[in-house]
Amino acid sequence: MPSFIQNLLSNRTARGYLTQLIVLLGVAWLGWMMFDNVATNLRQQNIASGLSFLEEEAGFGISQTLVEYSEQSSYGQALWVGLLNTLLCALLGIFFASILGFSIGVARLSPNWLVAKLAATYVDLLRNVPLLLQIFFWYFAVLRSLPGPEASFELADSFFMNTRGIFVPSLVMEGYGGLVAGCMVLGAVFGWLVAHALEKRHAVRPIWLGKTMLAPGVGLVFGLFATLIFVGVPAVDYPHLDGFNFVGGLGIIPEFTALTLALSLYTAAFIAEIVRAGIQSVDRGQVEASQALGLSSRQELKLVVIPQALRVIIPPLTSQYLNLTKNSSLAVAIGYPDLVSVFSGTVLNQTGQAVEVIAITMAVYLILSLSTSFLMNIYNARMQLVTR
Amino acid sequence: MNNAFLKSTREAPLPPPVSTSGVVGWLRMNLFSSIGNSLVSGALLLFLVWLIPQLIDWAFVRAIWSGESGAVCRVDGAGACWAFVNAKFDQFIYGRYPEAEHWRVNVIFLLLAGGLMPLALPTFRYKNHVVLFMLTVFPFAAFVMLLGGTLGMPQVETNKWGGLLVTLVVAITGIVASLPLGVLLALGRRSDLPVLRIFSVLFIEFWRGIPLITVLFMASVMLPLFLPDGVTVDKLLRALIGVALFSSAYMAEVIRGGLQAVPQGQYEAARALGLSYWQTIFQVVMPQALRIVIPGIVNTFIGLFKDTTLVMIVGLFDLLGVVQSNFTDPNWASPQTAMSGYVFVALIFWVFCFSMSRYSVSVEKRVSFNQR
Repeated sequence: MPSFIQNLLSNRTARGYLTQLIVLLGVAWLGWMMFDNVATNLRQQNIASGLSFLEEEAGFGISQTLVEYSEQSSYGQALWVGLLNTLLCALLGIFFASILGFSIGVARLSPNWLVAKLAATYVDLLRNVPLLLQIFFWYFAVLRSLPGPEASFELADSFFMNTRGIFVPSLVMEGYGGLVAGCMVLGAVFGWLVAHALEKRHAVRPIWLGKTMLAPGVGLVFGLFATLIFVGVPAVDYPHLDGFNFVGGLGIIPEFTALTLALSLYTAAFIAEIVRAGIQSVDRGQVEASQALGLSSRQELKLVVIPQALRVIIPPLTSQYLNLTKNSSLAVAIGYPDLVSVFSGTVLNQTGQAVEVIAITMAVYLILSLSTSFLMNIYNARMQLVTR
Repeated sequence: MNNAFLKSTREAPLPPPVSTSGVVGWLRMNLFSSIGNSLVSGALLLFLVWLIPQLIDWAFVRAIWSGESGAVCRVDGAGACWAFVNAKFDQFIYGRYPEAEHWRVNVIFLLLAGGLMPLALPTFRYKNHVVLFMLTVFPFAAFVMLLGGTLGMPQVETNKWGGLLVTLVVAITGIVASLPLGVLLALGRRSDLPVLRIFSVLFIEFWRGIPLITVLFMASVMLPLFLPDGVTVDKLLRALIGVALFSSAYMAEVIRGGLQAVPQGQYEAARALGLSYWQTIFQVVMPQALRIVIPGIVNTFIGLFKDTTLVMIVGLFDLLGVVQSNFTDPNWASPQTAMSGYVFVALIFWVFCFSMSRYSVSVEKRVSFNQR
């Protein structure tokens, strides 16, 4: 071997550059190979490429749409409908999983032996069974084996549950639904700000002046006033049996119920463990010190234990929320029209443009994941201990 | 001396009050310590008294254990239809693997059990050798034996594989492939070389940001497009590649946690001794890092094991897939078929995952004890 190569290889920096160059070339070669193969294969199979298919007419119906959609709508609109369905399921799942998970996590530390054991059983049972199996269980073994529409379970002649779904009365908003919802959000934000300002001034307040009560409370009041102003007293649309199915009211399809239920119950088991670990991580001396200071047990929890536990809880909790969102893609197995099922399923089959469709789906999930973890990192940074 | 009022013998200690010891004491302490607790305990006890007899009744008393067809389960008031599981048991374990060749699968199952058993014994001396064997020789031996076509064993196409066999093949391939890949990616992410670091971060964040379902869709729809014309990849192999890449990203993050937990002084000491980068990593840092993250690796494996059920969505017949597809068998249609099938699958997964999680907890305890 010539000596200058030997010198080069024994130089740490030079070796570093050489390694990087080789890796760079290797990745570039791999990328080019794949690109070339894809281009050749697509040409041979006569598959169109590009994103123009998003403008084309979709021609298929979707069983649950949160926005205007018909068979004449475009593939792009189908993508939007699917994404909204994914988000709806994920947000509701996160909401229920958090409430249940926090309750079970606290229950695991209960001095009551039975409560602690039942909570532990719940966690061990749900965590060790595949999520897909749980979704199938709720969908096929429970919801699809309910009686048919003519023999449905009913409550007060206005709530119905049968194999076609759950039917509840709805309020007729005469097209002002969006406006009222906007007012509710505005009210919630306002309530939150008021509670936040109060918190700055008074560390200890009555429970109904906290953020958890004030934000939804003011939101509801705003929504109520908005409804009275724009709609008046809204009519109630009751679901009723017409022919073989229910019409009127609000129908919740069983696919949605099964998916949200399974996701919430499954993720709650993981959240419970995170919450338990978080609470246990708070030093025993902190609790004793707060008792010595004469804090009540509610104040002790709210002012001493929870703020410190949250620091440990939030990072893994974020990844559980992200897991739940990603797991909502299992919808495709039971036919809930989420992003994957509508777009990577039906649209892919109709257009055959696998590369574009899968790439868009992945990009959407990546954006969701990365933006959530970005927001959570900011929140986490604010919650961290500030040491002087 | 007049001290007759003093006792000259020791008095026997009084028994503790009944209310703080024995069964009654335990009940008072743990279930009925306050009015609120008593109410909660009472309600939960009532709930359990209502629930448990029903479960036992369904799963054992009214259950149908054997029969030739679903007719035995269609009678009124029948409980779990275990006859369905009984009749289809071979299919649930081996899929459509030819019956004459079942012994090959059994040998692999036995080897697997034999290889994993010693790991649970804390005092076993040759653990490292066993782990090395299970991670290198075993997967290839198993693959050759299952596929056949050599050594006088007839070939069995992978489309005939199914049931628990496929579940285990996917899970074990995932773990075996993800360990070395994960180690490399974790090292890359902590490397001083920017190109390696950026590629590792991009790779890890990409796979961790997307659901496994889209990975499997990609593997089954897009992978054939990436390959040159004429090269086809088996359906099972495609799913395996997807699962391996996906789990290696998660494994990398677990191992990175271990690398970060090794004190900086270890690197410095190794450098001071004149060890090269690879010597430092593989003789000093990695053994310590891997020992710390064994629980994390096991937890990743539990997640992977549960996620193998997703391969049924791309048309492979794993345990859940086989059971699910048998529900459509008109011969076995009954109101309890689906419920019984799901409970059976859940039980198998639960046994595997729960024992692994117990193992991980015990290792965690041992490691934290050794570190003290």
